Amino acid sequence: MIRRSNGPAIVENDMTPMIDVTFQLITFFMFVLNFSEAEQDERIQLPSSQLAKPAEGVVEAPITMQLMANGGVLYAGEIIPVDEIGGSLQRERDIIVASDKDPKRATVIVRADGRANAGDVQRVIQICQELGFQQFALRALYKPD
Amino acid sequence: MPPPLPRRRLEKVAVNMTPMIDVVFQLMIFFMLTFNIIAPEGDFDVRMPLGKSSAEPPDDLQLPPIQVRLASDTEGTLAGISMNGEPVQDFGDLRQRVAGFVDVALESGASLADVELEIDCDYELNYINIIDAITAVSGRIEDGQLIEMVKKISFVPLKQQP
Repeated sequence: MIRRSNGPAIVENDMTPMIDVTFQLITFFMFVLNFSEAEQDERIQLPSSQLAKPAEGVVEAPITMQLMANGGVLYAGEIIPVDEIGGSLQRERDIIVASDKDPKRATVIVRADGRANAGDVQRVIQICQELGFQQFALRALYKPD
Repeated sequence: MPPPLPRRRLEKVAVNMTPMIDVVFQLMIFFMLTFNIIAPEGDFDVRMPLGKSSAEPPDDLQLPPIQVRLASDTEGTLAGISMNGEPVQDFGDLRQRVAGFVDVALESGASLADVELEIDCDYELNYINIIDAITAVSGRIEDGQLIEMVKKISFVPLKQQP
């Protein structure tokens, strides 16, 4: 009489659905990951507006000025007093001129905290104007009502 | 006649999926850790060349700029709004008055590009009020449609610095 061996049966799980879902997740994260937002800083709480237009196309020669609530300008990882930002802006201007671009066409993006003094923002704009910059983009969070 | 070749049984080749799944999970963990939800940002584009202010006499054909004054207390809180010297209740009221001004200007043959607005604010005023004022004067949403109002916005040059 032949007896069948009752050894342990190998159960093979079908991994295909799990791999499918995992790839879907990776695709999702790859699409929503935006490295261009690296300039944003958590220390600055932008005011919100329902009419702030998302930038269309590529901004020519953008210079970002981040103004903190205490009045300092966050620039290249350092906090610089408003009245001393001229030197850094002058260097930016020199770079723009050296690359055959016109400072008048460059855009200064002002990312100012909602609690910052309006006068400090105006002072930054004034310093930019004295260096020949004319285009400004006052940045706000877009919040439709 | 040669003898027939022995039939080879088809063998099921099991591909080892473990390394691929390892890599895939590593990727997923990377993306999950670097993922942060950022609210979309937008801009108010303002063109402000140096030396342009209401102190210059306007041309005959040029409309005088709308003057909006934002006063603040010492804490930076908005203490009062006025438009062309007349007190305004709030930013909603400001929007209505500017809309009325723009409508009159358009009926008289001017274009939106001719309408200018100057914001005069105290140094200590919180910047959020500037954005609220610009939001109020630059357009209004009716039936889900944006109706543009003032496109040329500038600041009155600073008078005092602390």
